[in-house]
Amino acid sequence: MARSTILVTATRILLPLMLLFAFYIFVRGHNDPGGGFIGGLIVATAFSLYGIAHGMGAARKLLRLHSRTLIGIGLLCVITSGFLAPLVVGDLPFLTALWGTAVWPAIGKLSTPLLFDTGVFLGVVGVTSMIIFTLAEEG
Amino acid sequence: MVLIISGIGTLIFIYAGGYLQGDPRIGRFYVMILIFMAAMLGVVLADSLLLLFVFWELTSISSFLLIGFNHESEQSRRSAQQALLVTGSGGLALLAGLILLATAGGSWQISVLLHQQTAVTTSPLYLPALILILLGAFTKSAQFPFHFWLPNAMAAPTPVSAYLHSATMVKAGVYLLARLHPVLGGTGEWFYGLVIVGGITAVLGGYLSWWQTDLKRIMAYSTVSALGVLVLLLGIGTKIAVEAAMLFLLVHSLYKGGLFMAAGAIDHETGTRNVRRLAGLARQMPFVFVGITLASLSMAGIPPLLGFIGKELIYEATLEPETAVWQLLLTALALLTNIFLVAASGVIVIKPFLGQPNEDTVQPHHPAGLSLWLGPLLLGLLSLGLGLFSNSTLVAKWLLQPAATAVYGHDLVLKLGLWHGLTPMLLLSGVTIAAGAGVWWLHERWRQGVMAVDAALAPRLGPEALYDRGFDGLLRLADWLTVRVQDGFLRHYLLWIVGTTVVLVGTALLRGKTAVMPSQDLIPGPNEILLTLVILGAAWMVVQADSRLAAVAGLGVIGYSMALIFILYGAPDLAMTQFSVETLTVILFVLVLYKLPTFETKDSTPTRLRNVVVSLLVGAMMTGLVLAANAIPASTHVTDFYSENSYVLAKGHNIVNVILVDFRGLDTMVEITVLSVAAVGVYALIHTRKQQQETAVEERRSES
Repeated sequence: MARSTILVTATRILLPLMLLFAFYIFVRGHNDPGGGFIGGLIVATAFSLYGIAHGMGAARKLLRLHSRTLIGIGLLCVITSGFLAPLVVGDLPFLTALWGTAVWPAIGKLSTPLLFDTGVFLGVVGVTSMIIFTLAEEG
Repeated sequence: MVLIISGIGTLIFIYAGGYLQGDPRIGRFYVMILIFMAAMLGVVLADSLLLLFVFWELTSISSFLLIGFNHESEQSRRSAQQALLVTGSGGLALLAGLILLATAGGSWQISVLLHQQTAVTTSPLYLPALILILLGAFTKSAQFPFHFWLPNAMAAPTPVSAYLHSATMVKAGVYLLARLHPVLGGTGEWFYGLVIVGGITAVLGGYLSWWQTDLKRIMAYSTVSALGVLVLLLGIGTKIAVEAAMLFLLVHSLYKGGLFMAAGAIDHETGTRNVRRLAGLARQMPFVFVGITLASLSMAGIPPLLGFIGKELIYEATLEPETAVWQLLLTALALLTNIFLVAASGVIVIKPFLGQPNEDTVQPHHPAGLSLWLGPLLLGLLSLGLGLFSNSTLVAKWLLQPAATAVYGHDLVLKLGLWHGLTPMLLLSGVTIAAGAGVWWLHERWRQGVMAVDAALAPRLGPEALYDRGFDGLLRLADWLTVRVQDGFLRHYLLWIVGTTVVLVGTALLRGKTAVMPSQDLIPGPNEILLTLVILGAAWMVVQADSRLAAVAGLGVIGYSMALIFILYGAPDLAMTQFSVETLTVILFVLVLYKLPTFETKDSTPTRLRNVVVSLLVGAMMTGLVLAANAIPASTHVTDFYSENSYVLAKGHNIVNVILVDFRGLDTMVEITVLSVAAVGVYALIHTRKQQQETAVEERRSES
């Protein structure tokens, strides 16, 4: 694909904005429209935009972690958030939500649903980027 | 039954240790047989019909694995598959039957159902339930015409044959019939079904066992015969018949387990199971000889072994029916069966152990070890001991009376004894033994002829030939269907999927007669009308597009318009997801289409016309479906729960997200896993193809 200067320049500004927006959507998800799934999709869109502008190899490098690793971490987050209640606290069913008390800036209270949603977020980023990178590099 | 399973199971374990000595797969064997043992105990102990079914299927599966234990042999694999298909399809019938039974009786608990006999037998569901359950039991217990899988299952190692295919698993069908006898029994259908099938099986199995030359096949067919007798007795269903059935169940488990283990020991030491090549083994294998002789005598029903008492009781049961015709018929059936069984025991013992060795026969390499003869000897001695002490309270009162009471459904007192005086039963026993000896004598002389007749008839008329033909037919049908439905063109796949949906849903809609008129609040406002126009225009563009890229852009427009509609109806989450997904879809399309050649040929006019018709039908069906769904007043029960509890229980205001990560977290977890698997699939598919192409290129290079 030929490089387009306009696209490259626009991407330079758009990428951080999109990532920030994705994070915003992800964090507000619990009380307003948003969440890990949509956030993950936006991140994947951002990276494919970068890939179209600079080539998929560059996008892959920018992501740093291999998509496989992301999927793995995501699934690990999800399963951990489920097992925290029965294994660490004890005597609670699998996937019981646990909530911290301290309020953190930007994200609010830490909780297992947050960890769960982080897992979904990472998983979606991993899955989508893996499919896009694979298809784009084929042939 | 539990005693039989665990007791014989223990002996089999010791025995298998000797039989499979040095085999590297012995660990696998133990695992599989333990799975089976657990499943079998589950079948016997389960009170819930569904639980019983699950364990039932588990026994089928472990039996499949055990028959196919020598998986390098073609014959083993075929037999294993056959056993699985026959018992498996019977299992399906059984499941349907059990569901009907539970519906008719109003409970899934067997203990509750036992008191519902009148409700069940008068229900209109009774006959179909009975037929289906009988199918399940008959396939499992190798009743005619499903008996053919059992002799073939002898491809399994001998410990398996001894345990699964004579003492326990094949008894599961009989056990089920016995267990359900208080619920289903006592009707004409029950009587005729069981008596006819059991009778045919008993005589046929006896006849087939008589002229075999392979020790294990003789035993397999005599097992079929014994199972037939058990079914026959349960069919008669009177007090004495039930007692006889329970006693015979024990008798048969004891002697057949012993016989099989002895056969395995012979096979292990001499390398053959052909009775014509064995002779004079009594001296070389004294313990096995004693064990097998006791077992055979019990099978032949010679006093004072337990088998004799069993046979007496069987005759007593067949002499019981009131009409003379049935008395005569049943007794004749039992007599014939027993004559064959006597002959079969003669074939097993007399020549291989007492005959004169000659140049055709094989000598054992070395005497059988302790673990190989312990099982047969112990079971043989048990048959003898229980026979001698049959009038003691242990046998009658503790072992058999509770079982017979449970099957019969009322209390009964059981009395056993060796000597009842001069009765018709004793006379029949005498006739049996004399005639059996005669038939045994014919074994050598007639076998050639009988085998020739069988070889001529079986390929055309036997149930196994039918099975083979059915199996081939199924494969051909699958081929035919696959070529039609999955021809490798993505558009044809889509056509089949969409077409099937339209036909099924459309039929349901047309027959449903739900009013599908749009209600007042569905009248669109200006926004909706505008968006609809956009969507229609975009759709037209997709259809008319000359390049794939234009078509994809058109699809994107449709997707974004849909997202706008979601916003109009107050579903921002849905709209956001739709936006993101739509964007990514367009990107993916572009990435893939970029590599495809440009449109070179357009489809012919008829094909396009067909596509138009199908598309219009899908559209019409979806419209109808949505209208119909809308016409049903939605229950707000679930919605109310979530909106009330979303913040209280899960501390979130966004209900959609709370449902995703908290209330239905498990669903999400599984979905994300499925998604990951899909991604790995895409990755693997494309990368393997790439690697293949690379190796192909390299190969070509190296060739030139």
